[in-house]
Amino acid sequence: MSMSVSSQDKLANRDQFLDQLLSQCQENTALETNSTFGAWLQKRQQEAANWVAASRMPHRKDEEWRFTDISPLLEHQFQKSQSVEVTPEATRSLQIPEASQSRLVFVNGRYAPHLSNLDNVPAGVTVASLAELDAQQQSQVTEYLTQQEGGEELFTALNTAGFEETAVVWVPANTEVETPLQLLFLSVGQETPSLIQPRLLVIAETSAKVSLVEQYASLSATSPAPYFNNPVTEVWLAGNAQVNHIRLQQETFNSFHFTKTAVTQAQDSRYACYPISLGAQVSRHDFDVFQTGTQVNTRLYGLVLGSGEQVLDTHSAIAFRHPHSSADQRHKCILDDSARAVFNGKMFVPQAAQMTNAAQLNRNLLLSQKAHVDTKPELNITADNVQCSHGATVSQLEAEELFYLRSRGLDDNAASNLLINAFAAEIINDISIASVRETLFNTLQNRFTG
Amino acid sequence: MIQENSDVILSIKNLWASVENTPILKGTNLEIKEGEIHAIMGRNGSGKSTLSKVLAGHPDYEITAGEIIYKGENLAELEPDQRAIKGIFMAFQYPLEIPGVSNLDFLRVAYNSHRKAQGEEEMDAFDFEDLVEEKLDIVKMDPSFLQRSLNEGFSGGEKKRNEILQMALLEPSLAILDETDSGLDIDALKTVANGVNQLATPENATVMITHYQRLLNYVEPDYIHVMSDGQIITSGGKELAQQLEDKGYEWLYEQYAPQEVEA
Repeated sequence: MSMSVSSQDKLANRDQFLDQLLSQCQENTALETNSTFGAWLQKRQQEAANWVAASRMPHRKDEEWRFTDISPLLEHQFQKSQSVEVTPEATRSLQIPEASQSRLVFVNGRYAPHLSNLDNVPAGVTVASLAELDAQQQSQVTEYLTQQEGGEELFTALNTAGFEETAVVWVPANTEVETPLQLLFLSVGQETPSLIQPRLLVIAETSAKVSLVEQYASLSATSPAPYFNNPVTEVWLAGNAQVNHIRLQQETFNSFHFTKTAVTQAQDSRYACYPISLGAQVSRHDFDVFQTGTQVNTRLYGLVLGSGEQVLDTHSAIAFRHPHSSADQRHKCILDDSARAVFNGKMFVPQAAQMTNAAQLNRNLLLSQKAHVDTKPELNITADNVQCSHGATVSQLEAEELFYLRSRGLDDNAASNLLINAFAAEIINDISIASVRETLFNTLQNRFTG
Repeated sequence: MIQENSDVILSIKNLWASVENTPILKGTNLEIKEGEIHAIMGRNGSGKSTLSKVLAGHPDYEITAGEIIYKGENLAELEPDQRAIKGIFMAFQYPLEIPGVSNLDFLRVAYNSHRKAQGEEEMDAFDFEDLVEEKLDIVKMDPSFLQRSLNEGFSGGEKKRNEILQMALLEPSLAILDETDSGLDIDALKTVANGVNQLATPENATVMITHYQRLLNYVEPDYIHVMSDGQIITSGGKELAQQLEDKGYEWLYEQYAPQEVEA
């Protein structure tokens, strides 16, 4: 008897937790609702809020959450984060030198013009907060914002219900942006648990080309109280567009980072993403790619570093729909201590998607006995003339390789480091921005030493 | 070269060693002095490669009795990297392929680990590249190999040349070449042997482990030892090699059976 009471209590708690989160989404003041666009957005947000209200929190009994226990999240009462003053000096170490004059900074989901520098953004290219768009852009943006497929997912809907501002990157047709763009979303934790809901919208029009670093970082390794960062990113590639997208998740180790990246690729477009997960106590990345034309190319090169008690979950799905497209997905995890990683990689290749060429490989390196990974590649293929491969490996550092390196004078630590670097190098070396590569190699070095 | 009054670099006394509790070395004795080149021969399974791995400190090999004194120190107490820093180098029979580690970076890290241990400053990437390019000549290696992943996709000969390149950079006091000649065609063998000859000095010593007499035509040893069942059953000068070539091992095994020795 007492068991059923307590499990009912838990269910009630889960509902209360969700109600509490939703209550933090209600006051949205960033846009004037008397404009047509404002009214449209308010309606979209209300719809999302209604959807959330009718939903329940995910549970490990749900297939999509089988391996990730979110109960640590439920222990906190998150309140909408407050505005925080951050000085430019404090963010200096997070600035990417290659993007020193093409940097848009948000603090706790709110645009921070004094931390941003957009001097080097070419005329005609929009890198701004949603509120700054002109009337024409605002009327067009309704085709993109919150319009990705597969939006029926609780945390995405929660963001839609509650986001206040949106970072917008909009590259017009036939425009190639030479300098990379840095989109820095700074999380500043507070004395009490806080909810942060940033939003990013990227639109690359026909034959446009852009390279961007979407970065979630904070100013310290831990925050006074945990925060729950729930960002959503929507990326649209029109015909023949190219987007190179580096995504760095460097939250504090006592925070939560749940996120959705949704990408729609029209014909002939090329999209490369490097989702790198380094921080957070529990991190969950849902990554959806929808190919809507022929000859689309998708590259996902992910890297996850876990230590301590971190739980880092990646769920990706690539939906092919037309012939002659390709995808190359590599997802690598390095786990130490009691860290856990989850990888679920879906690829849908329906009858219409003949001549698809898809490869998926998940490789995991475990540095301790207690580290753990759950990996589940899921290829769903009904087309008959395709080349699709997938694989998953779990390994440890090779004793013979360590001995070879040590026999040349490298001590245990240096030898391990070299092998760990080598494992990650395939992903990191494919990143086009030198300072990001350097940061990642340094992080590797510091993370697993000792 | 055999020198008067030269110092003993390595002294192995009644060495017993096991892998997974199976004894492989059963009372090996060997003494090596500065300036000398030794060849250790014997058939597969005689313990030659085990001896080289024990000297390099491979973690799978356990010394159960006897001792190895290297420059006055008990080798068993040193980690593999400490042995390397103190001048022991083993050229691997099967050098490992390590994707993702560039050959150049690996060589620099290894070289700098020795500099650091000697209290010297680490050499930067530019100076190091100059140094390596000088050394490449010793093994006639193309500079493009430096940019590739360590041994990845290298041919057998390229891997062995890469081992000798590492040796040329690290300048060991005791170089152990574990079957460095096996699997090489004659041109590659000459290149590797030529490298070994260039690196031999009156201050260091070289131990070649091989079961082919062919190598000894190109690197002339001062001493030849024959191993069988975990012991060196006989030693001699280079004339022994010719006898082995002419008559094979059988007569030796009959004449010099391994001794029953106590661990």
